[in-house]
Amino acid sequence: MSEESPLGALVLGFLGISLLSVGGGVAVLPEMQRLVVETHGWMDALGFAKRFALAQAAPGPNIMVVGLIGWHVAGALGMFTAMLAMCGPTSLLAYGVARMRQRLAGRRGLRVAERGLVPIAVGLIAASGVLLAAGTAEGAALPWLALGVTLGSALFVWRSARSPLWVLGFGAIMGALFLR
Amino acid sequence: MSETITPGKAALFLGYAKIGLLGFGGVAAWARRVIVEERRWLSERDYAEVLGLGQILPGPNVGNAAVMIGRRFHGLSGALLATAGLYAGPLAILIALSLFYDRYGTTPGVAPFMQGVAAAAAGMVIGTAIKMGEKLRPPPELLAVGLLAVAGAAVLRLPLPVVVVTLAPLGVWLSLRRAWKAGAR
Repeated sequence: MSEESPLGALVLGFLGISLLSVGGGVAVLPEMQRLVVETHGWMDALGFAKRFALAQAAPGPNIMVVGLIGWHVAGALGMFTAMLAMCGPTSLLAYGVARMRQRLAGRRGLRVAERGLVPIAVGLIAASGVLLAAGTAEGAALPWLALGVTLGSALFVWRSARSPLWVLGFGAIMGALFLR
Repeated sequence: MSETITPGKAALFLGYAKIGLLGFGGVAAWARRVIVEERRWLSERDYAEVLGLGQILPGPNVGNAAVMIGRRFHGLSGALLATAGLYAGPLAILIALSLFYDRYGTTPGVAPFMQGVAAAAAGMVIGTAIKMGEKLRPPPELLAVGLLAVAGAAVLRLPLPVVVVTLAPLGVWLSLRRAWKAGAR
């Protein structure tokens, strides 16, 4: 355990990690685990994994795992402090870039360069879906059924303009009936 | 293609609140659904470009995109409202879960029906990526960059910063080269 105040450690730790989180908040999960489990000993690896699973299952950005860790370390204040350290400075950076982008608007080269980033954005969305599907199937009582639900849902969302709430509801029913 | 609609401040907040509260398994799929399909704030291409930029910047992508999209429509207050909308609901839920954890000493187990929801949410994310790829129709070399991103992150399980830092210059270069060739012709 370190001697410094837990709030200070939360701020420094998550601030540092957030600046490395290119590709999304979940990109730095291994670094986060090192900070929480090894550097500060705030919880064990299982506690960390459970909290991430919870943040993933609960609605909202997966980065909310940072809030759960903050809560564990220093209660409600810890939760807000950790979230702010993780998302505040990077949001400011995004704001600054958006401003700069507006000033450069109309430069054709910029639009063309940005277009080169689009496939990476879409590719990483697809990858996160695949990883999520694999993780869910691994943990399910009937992996093939879970994969079937995933596949059906992917087809529905791709081919239909109806609300994805239909597939989430369908998934909930299938889960309640067969995946216990 | 239909026209895009400029949201008011309340609509911006409420749209992002919906994205946050429905975002099971992450918010990427619902963000596109609400912003591009339901509310038509941005075209498919505009949204994808904002998201691409959000990805090479550090920080949560959809959070970065919320700042940029909020700012585009209503400046600083727009950025704050979109961000607040995105995080407020989920944060309230997390507080409830944390209280539960403190009282009972264990994380609430993921209920069976939630496993089904997670499986469906995973499919939703995959379906969203396919839909975006289909609508954006990238030229073959950029499609290849996208597939490399999938392979690097999902198959090889490389750290995401490595994938982004390697592929971003490649994507930008290929895109510029194509434009330059088209211009030279």
